[in-house]
Amino acid sequence: MSDTHAQSVAFVRETELPPAPPPVTETGAIKWVRENLFSGWFNTLLTVVAFYFVARILFFVFPWFFNGVWDAASIRECRDVLGGATGACFAVLVDRWDHLLFGFKYPPDGYWRIVVAFILLLGAAAPALFSKLPRRLLLFTALYPFVAYWLIWGGSLWLPMTILGIIIATGLVFRAVSSQIPVNMRQMVAAAIGMICGVGLSYLLFIGAKELVFIANSIGTASLGTSFAYGVFWLLAIFTFVFFIPMGMFVGYAIYNSYEDGGLVSVVTALLFIYAALVYLLAPIASGLNAVIPIELQAVASRDLGGFMLNMILGTVCVSLSLPLGIVLALGRQSNMPLIKGVCVVFIEFIRGVPLITLLFVANVMLAYFMPPESNFDLILRVIIMITMFSAAYIAEVIRGGLAALPKGQYEAADSLGLDYARSMRLIILPQALKISIPGIVNVAVGLFKDTTLVSIISMFDLVGMIRGPIQNSTEWISVYWEVYGFGAMLFFIVCYSISQYSQWLERQLQTDHR
Amino acid sequence: MATLADPIKESFRPSMLLNDTRYRSLTFQFIALVAIIATMAFIGGNLVRNLAEAGLNISYDFLGAQAGYDINQRPIPYESTDTHGRAAIVGLLNTLIVAILGCITATVIGVVAGVLRLSPNWLVRKIMAIYVEMFRNVPVLIWILIIFSIMISATPAPRDFRGEDPTASMMLFDSVAVTNRGVFMPKPLLGDGSMLVIGIFIASIIGIFFFRRYARKQLFDHGRLIPTLWPSVGLFFIPAILAQIVLGGPITLEYPELKGFNFQGGTTIRGSLIALWFALAIYTGAFIAENVRAGILAISKGQTEAAAALGLRPGRIMNLVVLPQALRVIIPPLISQYLNITKNSSLAIAVGYMDLTGTLGGITLLQTGRAIEAVLLLMLFYLTISLLISFFMNIYNNAMKLKER
Repeated sequence: MSDTHAQSVAFVRETELPPAPPPVTETGAIKWVRENLFSGWFNTLLTVVAFYFVARILFFVFPWFFNGVWDAASIRECRDVLGGATGACFAVLVDRWDHLLFGFKYPPDGYWRIVVAFILLLGAAAPALFSKLPRRLLLFTALYPFVAYWLIWGGSLWLPMTILGIIIATGLVFRAVSSQIPVNMRQMVAAAIGMICGVGLSYLLFIGAKELVFIANSIGTASLGTSFAYGVFWLLAIFTFVFFIPMGMFVGYAIYNSYEDGGLVSVVTALLFIYAALVYLLAPIASGLNAVIPIELQAVASRDLGGFMLNMILGTVCVSLSLPLGIVLALGRQSNMPLIKGVCVVFIEFIRGVPLITLLFVANVMLAYFMPPESNFDLILRVIIMITMFSAAYIAEVIRGGLAALPKGQYEAADSLGLDYARSMRLIILPQALKISIPGIVNVAVGLFKDTTLVSIISMFDLVGMIRGPIQNSTEWISVYWEVYGFGAMLFFIVCYSISQYSQWLERQLQTDHR
Repeated sequence: MATLADPIKESFRPSMLLNDTRYRSLTFQFIALVAIIATMAFIGGNLVRNLAEAGLNISYDFLGAQAGYDINQRPIPYESTDTHGRAAIVGLLNTLIVAILGCITATVIGVVAGVLRLSPNWLVRKIMAIYVEMFRNVPVLIWILIIFSIMISATPAPRDFRGEDPTASMMLFDSVAVTNRGVFMPKPLLGDGSMLVIGIFIASIIGIFFFRRYARKQLFDHGRLIPTLWPSVGLFFIPAILAQIVLGGPITLEYPELKGFNFQGGTTIRGSLIALWFALAIYTGAFIAENVRAGILAISKGQTEAAAALGLRPGRIMNLVVLPQALRVIIPPLISQYLNITKNSSLAIAVGYMDLTGTLGGITLLQTGRAIEAVLLLMLFYLTISLLISFFMNIYNNAMKLKER
């Protein structure tokens, strides 16, 4: 074709030009820098300012970090080594490493127990966190609390193992037996259990009524306010007294009445059996086993726990306890029974309205007044109770949001399938509601773990308590701030950041909508 | 033809209390009621017994007794001879001061950081991400302690200001001294006629408000654009300054002066207050930044594009189109962040700032041994503050909510 114009046109390109490379400013690093750092005068200014700040910080931090002294016995020695130059004194971390991690009272030859418990914790948490792992590993998760208790607090292995054995044995026996028993036999058992429960409950209520009268009488009628309280307590006492026998009888009857499907009777019987076994059999079996095969670790008192270990214990225990409690509270708040709803609302709003530190004060100074005079609660147990209640209230609110976000159709669908309340919640509602609530629950969990540092204020020696107490008050390490606080911040950062990364991963895994 | 028969009337049987959903809820509530009463009886009985054993009773008389301790930061006059009740009120005011300061600063930091996290500038975006992650994942108590140590170790001691050749000097024309004991600032002294100046100042603020309303009405009704910025600024400063000059300067400033080992006169903001305020503000700012970012991302891109198509500049798109809509998403979590600041301010006890927890829950509790009364009062105070904050913020939220018809 090009021949046709060969005479009339001076030049005709016959082949296509090879594509020219894009201008330098439109490719690679230069393009990236232009677009991301210098896309306008304002952005350029921002970049320069930000760069200046980063440089300032780095110029300050790098010499401080790399001049760090890792080997010294005291802050003075550190300063001598540095000789006036800026530099960190990381020797405090080396010197007090054990104290920071395990507290200053835990027996040093038992540190391996904590390390083992921690490694096992990772193993126990894995099947709960990653659903791809074989489900059978959850058995280890169920076993873990007993093992960890023994490792951390020491004592005889047989104590937690016997508790575990009693629970498992009772469960297995009742599961195997309850379907075998003929109906008339089951009726008799149900009658007996109903009697026991009814009489026991009546007796409890009777004691309660007596107690209320006792309170009323000790309040007295000195002034208008106390007279009012006096009247209220008397009314309550009369109410309880009037109802105590019918109530007990009714519950007994209800248990008896449900013998046909057998579920309630077996559960109540099993619980009664476990209770009796724990009260009467635990001590002899455990000590007997211990006499035969003594497996013992040096016992450690709760008040000797400390350091980052204490934060980890409080965080793990309270998170795992507050999740079920939070679900119950959220369901209670959604319930259409006014009394139960009211109790849950008051509890949640009260807990959410006060700072955790006041609840810790309650654990520290008030809870002892609410317990029978001879009972002796560990401070750590009291703290666990209060922190669990605290985070359960927050988790309940998160889950309530998840429940409210579900379309009403889901509830109606569950009803129309003929599922009862428990099944519809377990099979339809909660799996979806919990999925929506995961980010919120993880936020609460991370917040709770960070809040465990507050126990240092009621003079428990957790990580912050160790730093502020034994380390900064010692003559060697007085006025060491950055190194120890930086170390503490780093530990918390590692744990909390990994938890939040996990939650983001889980959210992606559970995403079932199509995008 | 089939007729619809009435359902068979069932007579009531006791087993229906357990098996029939109509009656079962009654049963459960009854059991719950009994459980509550039993718990009350248990706790109350133990309490009465324990108190009798310790020889105590429940009484709030200690609030009227002499406190006998000093409070270093006091918004109202307070001496150690005053009562525990007054000490508690000083503590309450201190809590409110740090909470309000913290809320304002945290909001500013949070909004700026949240907007910058979405900036096209890579460096700024990354720095803000690091800031947010760093502060969200470390306990606030550690941050308070770190910032308090910065306050102590990075600022000069009052004695550094002394001598012929001081190593430290006061700022802002020798009026403000930043020391490790706190920041010393001039205090306004109110002379005769100063009320008039303050009154004029307040009147001019009200004037600004009405002027802006008038300008807006003119704009909406008649399309007339009246400049508001410079007139507002002028109205804000000029009348009060004129009144101050005309009346011969009734309001004077008392400057802090170095006397002996410390500064005297003026007002002092203790280092503990500053540390607590900054720590709470920066910590909560990181959370607010995430809320702001989520709120902005919740606004569909079409809104930004529509605003750009109208020819608005990026800054105006943010201010006029995106932020007002994002505010509706941001406010509910913001309320809970404000509540968190208020509750976290109780950590003041760690740096020795005498807030409500430090006075009522700290020294008063230890001195009088009235643990139950003090802790109950403490909870009541915090509960009231929390409920008030959420009440007012909910009113605001309802006012801002999209009015759907």
